[in-house]
Amino acid sequence: MEIIGIIIVAVFVNNIVFSQFLGICPFLGVSKKIDTAIGMSAAVTFVITLSTLVTYLIQKGILENFGLEYLQTITFILVIAALVQMVEIIMKKISPPLYQALGVYLPLITTNCIILGVAILVIQKDFNLLESIVYAISTAIGYSMALIIFSSIREQLALTKVPKAMQGVPIALLTAGILAMAFMGFSGIDQVFK
Amino acid sequence: MRNNIKILINGIVKENPTFVLLLGMCPTLATSSSALNGMSMGLATLFVLTCSNLAISSLKNLIPDMVRIPAYIVVIATFVTIVEMVMNAYLPALADSLGIFIPLIVVNCIVLGRAEAFASKNKVVSSVFDGLGIGIGFTLALTILGALREFLGTGKIFSMTVYPENYGSLIFVLAPGAFIVLGYLIAIFNKLQKKTN
Amino acid sequence: MAKLESTFKNMFLSLFTICLVVAVLLAQVNKITAKPIAEAKAKKLENAIREVVPPFDNNPVAEAYKIPDGAGDSLTVYPAKKGDELVGFAITSYSNNAFGGNIQIIVGFDTNNRIVNYSVLSHAETPGLGAKVVQWFKDPSKPNRCIIGRDLSKEKLSVSKDGGNVDAITASTITSRAFLEAVNKAYAAYTHTIVGDAASGATTAGEDAVSGATTENDEDIASDTMINENNKTTEEENHAE
Repeated sequence: MEIIGIIIVAVFVNNIVFSQFLGICPFLGVSKKIDTAIGMSAAVTFVITLSTLVTYLIQKGILENFGLEYLQTITFILVIAALVQMVEIIMKKISPPLYQALGVYLPLITTNCIILGVAILVIQKDFNLLESIVYAISTAIGYSMALIIFSSIREQLALTKVPKAMQGVPIALLTAGILAMAFMGFSGIDQVFK
Repeated sequence: MRNNIKILINGIVKENPTFVLLLGMCPTLATSSSALNGMSMGLATLFVLTCSNLAISSLKNLIPDMVRIPAYIVVIATFVTIVEMVMNAYLPALADSLGIFIPLIVVNCIVLGRAEAFASKNKVVSSVFDGLGIGIGFTLALTILGALREFLGTGKIFSMTVYPENYGSLIFVLAPGAFIVLGYLIAIFNKLQKKTN
Repeated sequence: MAKLESTFKNMFLSLFTICLVVAVLLAQVNKITAKPIAEAKAKKLENAIREVVPPFDNNPVAEAYKIPDGAGDSLTVYPAKKGDELVGFAITSYSNNAFGGNIQIIVGFDTNNRIVNYSVLSHAETPGLGAKVVQWFKDPSKPNRCIIGRDLSKEKLSVSKDGGNVDAITASTITSRAFLEAVNKAYAAYTHTIVGDAASGATTAGEDAVSGATTENDEDIASDTMINENNKTTEEENHAE
């Protein structure tokens, strides 16, 4: 039941984009078409799960054992950068079509605040390994959901008449704001599972 | 010197990271719930930006091209960690309200972007001015955004009451408000830019 | 000076040197800031305690101890003393049934089992609604909702909707219920420890985790409470005369 609570909260109530403000940069950049949105979501889900697993183990196994918690930021980001690079190389060798589909987004993911953000959050929330992985995957699902909904709206928006000053990012931000308001309606929904 | 002042002003207006370059959105939206929070986040980023530009510009000839991104990341992460530790030690209340976004400065596209686009290609002094300019531009943007949200949402600016809190629209201090106010601000900035061109 | 070539040796040396310098630099800064950081944390806790109990001059954090809360977790008690006499105690408590999930509070009692004050340490409630919990139950001009001064040995707190004696926050009954649950939990855990299993219940938090110190704390508090009750009866007898 606890696990279901974590999932519901991570996907809906505390949606990573509309509530926690992580992952906005690519959110505004990649969400113009549904295909790119799906590609980015897949890449993010993959990297976030892998990196949370590795950074969690490093935090518990190395940093905390040697009193080196102050090196958290620097270690985490290096691990994430290295992971992304490795994933890119491996993907290129093992599955070129998959690489073609996702490849462009992979390097962008390193600076995606979501990855580092989730890695730090699971430590702050004191989750165990299983809870951390569930949280990471749920966050990625929430992100994918936000991204896909958003890109569908933007595809429509491109066909409508928007005032010149509002075109592009401003109207996208307003749309995101309205979506965020909608997501606020999910507050308290996890009470049902108690 | 004239050139350097030009670089500084460039970062505040022509290449304002928030309103023009549209970089660093995450911390912008998240920490601008009040004028003070916005300003503090801006200043912390200003510090990291200037120091990392300085360091990277000084080291640019000693870093081989292929490892430049990881090298930049390490340098930036170092300054971020220093800011984190100093804030936790001497400004704990502020560190609490900025929360996770202090360590997230390291993935703020502005910092890495500037290192790559400017510091790695220009002289040390110019890079410092660029860091300062962009940092000031960022701080201004965040402070304005924070002040607007605080004013509309709670009737206060920098915790000084301007009108009774009951008449404030709470939504502006929450997530949706951040998106909406920023959207309008960028639109206004666009309009002003078009007019001056 | 032209840029260094990207030979393997150069790349390795360059990265290695940077990492080395960085590690040394950060270790130094860490040394300088570690103490202020720990002090800031302790000060925060002490300020939180100071807000909710009568004035004291001991170090409640150093004399803190944990008590079981009946649900598998433990709460921390911070005794406040003036000289050697107990003047009150602050207990941290929590509830997981608030609207946004977890709510953490610290509530201070005096030696007559009355609530002196409370502070919400962390919550995830909706601003403008549940978030009012921070001030709602403290307003002395609104006795129906104010829990300050209420004697918990006489009444268990609950919202009026549940037939109780405390007015909930408008449109935030769930938050109110959770808050009162946390307060009741703190009191129940504390009195259970004193009246019930005083010897086996408490464990001391902090550096002096000596079993002697533990029993001493409980005996001190137990005897203090008894002394107060004796005083009370004497007062009542005086009034009767």
